[in-house]
Amino acid sequence: MSTDVLTQELQQGFDCVYEKPDTLTDTRFHYCPGCGHGVAHRILMETIQELGIAEQTVGVAPVGCSVFAYHYMNIDMQEAAHGRACAVATGVKRVLPDRYVFTYQGDGDLAAIGTAETIHAVNRGENILIVFINNAIYGMTGGQMAPTTLAKMVTSTTPYGRETDWIGFPLKMTDLVAHLPGAYYVTRQAVHTPNAVRKAKKAIRNAFEYQKLNKGTCFVEIVSNCPSGWKMNPSDSNKWLEENMLPFYPLGDLKVPEKA
Amino acid sequence: MQEQISKEREIRLMKGNEALAEAAIRAGMHAYFGYPITPQSEILEYLTEQMPKRNFKVLQAESEVASINMIYGAAGAGARVMTTSSSPGISLMQEGLSYIASAELPCVVANVVRGGPGLGTIQPSQGDYFQAVKGGGHGDYRLIVLAPNSVQEMADFVFDGFRLAEKYRNPVMILTDGALGQMMEKVALPPEGSLEHVVPEWATVGKPKTREPNIITSLFIEPEKMQAVNIHLQKKYKTIEENEIRYEEYHTEDAEIILTAFGLSSRLCQKAVDLAREAGIKVGLLRPITLFPFPYQRISELAHDAKAFLTVEMNAGQMVEDVRLAVNGKKPVFFTGKMGGIIPSPEEILAKVEEMAANINNLTEVER
Ligand SMILES: Cc1ncc(C[n+]2csc(CCOP(=O)(O)OP(=O)(O)O)c2C)c(N)n1
Repeated sequence: MSTDVLTQELQQGFDCVYEKPDTLTDTRFHYCPGCGHGVAHRILMETIQELGIAEQTVGVAPVGCSVFAYHYMNIDMQEAAHGRACAVATGVKRVLPDRYVFTYQGDGDLAAIGTAETIHAVNRGENILIVFINNAIYGMTGGQMAPTTLAKMVTSTTPYGRETDWIGFPLKMTDLVAHLPGAYYVTRQAVHTPNAVRKAKKAIRNAFEYQKLNKGTCFVEIVSNCPSGWKMNPSDSNKWLEENMLPFYPLGDLKVPEKA
Repeated sequence: MQEQISKEREIRLMKGNEALAEAAIRAGMHAYFGYPITPQSEILEYLTEQMPKRNFKVLQAESEVASINMIYGAAGAGARVMTTSSSPGISLMQEGLSYIASAELPCVVANVVRGGPGLGTIQPSQGDYFQAVKGGGHGDYRLIVLAPNSVQEMADFVFDGFRLAEKYRNPVMILTDGALGQMMEKVALPPEGSLEHVVPEWATVGKPKTREPNIITSLFIEPEKMQAVNIHLQKKYKTIEENEIRYEEYHTEDAEIILTAFGLSSRLCQKAVDLAREAGIKVGLLRPITLFPFPYQRISELAHDAKAFLTVEMNAGQMVEDVRLAVNGKKPVFFTGKMGGIIPSPEEILAKVEEMAANINNLTEVER
């Protein structure tokens, strides 16, 4: 029996309390089982639906596992070159200042090849939302070291673990941008537990609401797993995230708007 | 070569860079993104000065990599956009240009070329012909390349550039140089708002419920799709070649020696033709205005009656390869050039012409 038939049969005789938003297409995610990208996509697009801003929103997804975001996000989208999402989003926002513009970037994209674009977009206070998926690894290219890879963490290009004495240290981009005057709202969230998902969704909602105010950049990091890249099953990867990622990348707000 | 100047045009004395910037505003450019580099910084300076008084946006980007990607975003959102730079900065833009060509976004990019390779010199050069005309970035794509040879054309080609870019959904490069950018000449500027603009239906402006999402992308992961996109692009380039070739001729009717030169070199060659004609030598000039599409056909025709060609460039010999392709061995093709930011003088070109004329029936290309 196909899953679609199963879904139909299950729906008969049940009240539907949890639906796919119109802002997501019917295309199935290509993400690996248990990957945080799927949940992050969902809460982002649910929020856009709930705020009723789908018609005024333009998304930018650069190269990385989420380069095909436009297959799933049922809104106008631009694919950006690796690292250039913030520049592309700047271009969109500068000519369409009344639209909601967001980027959806991985850590390699945002914190290595696109560091300059990220820092300068935030420093200019571009009125965009930057969603930053930090899975401490290059997912798309097969699990190489990312700038965010933890010390001693094994990846395909740090086969003996990240040796910080010659490879350098994991980069906390979110902490960096929080210091910039152009940043309006900076927060670090996760999507590995139902409670974390709820909080992350609230953060994304805040960010879109702040974008209306034209006060600066909103930056939402989502600490995520990468079961395939980390070579773990999904539940082990979530446990590993809790035990290893969160102590180094603690969750919570780094910059919140001052109360008027 | 003086064009008819219509009455509505405003006459000003301007630097080439300023004329290009002013023309962009008058052509209804919505946004400009750029980064300082000599010899084109006047463009960014002029536009930042004008922005509060006129209806367009300017942003000084953090790099040329950023500016070309801002262009991608803004063009994808349906705006009429331009960036400018000089050689090293244009090199940094190549990845972005390839994406823009593949995603079929219209924009104008001006390269005010300086001498290279490397950091090179800030003096004028034509060393970026290959990069502009043969690709520059990765993959099979073409820029439409316009080569002005006066301050007037620095302005006019911005209008032509936007028109062509939007007609073909293709990036247009204005390939100019540091001398044309810096020198002052009289320029007749068209009135503001004389170039119509409609937001294209493919632009990402926010998806109404009534249509499918608009997606700006250059990613076609299935080989068959990628091939189909390439075939589509090649067809488009063919159409451009059929319809948009532009060149100018000067005294070619009875010429035994045909000079070929683009941009600034063509001005010097025009003077050299005058000097040679005074000395009784039958010389003419073919000046390609569009470098892609290139006037192969016309050069091939000229090769019937002419006895020899001399290509003059401010580089080590780049366009001459296309001239040789067009002449296809029918007649000898010679080259003379200056590199490193040095401009050849009409007298130097004349000397080369005289040398050729003295031996006109016995020339072989080996002598080059
Ligand atoms: C200029 C350029 N360099 C390298 C690549 C190859 N590349 C594609 S995705 C990627 C890394 C993606 O990692 P990340 O941004 O962390 O996103 P993830 O895939 O983990 O979600 C790399 C190096 C590319 N496409 N373009």
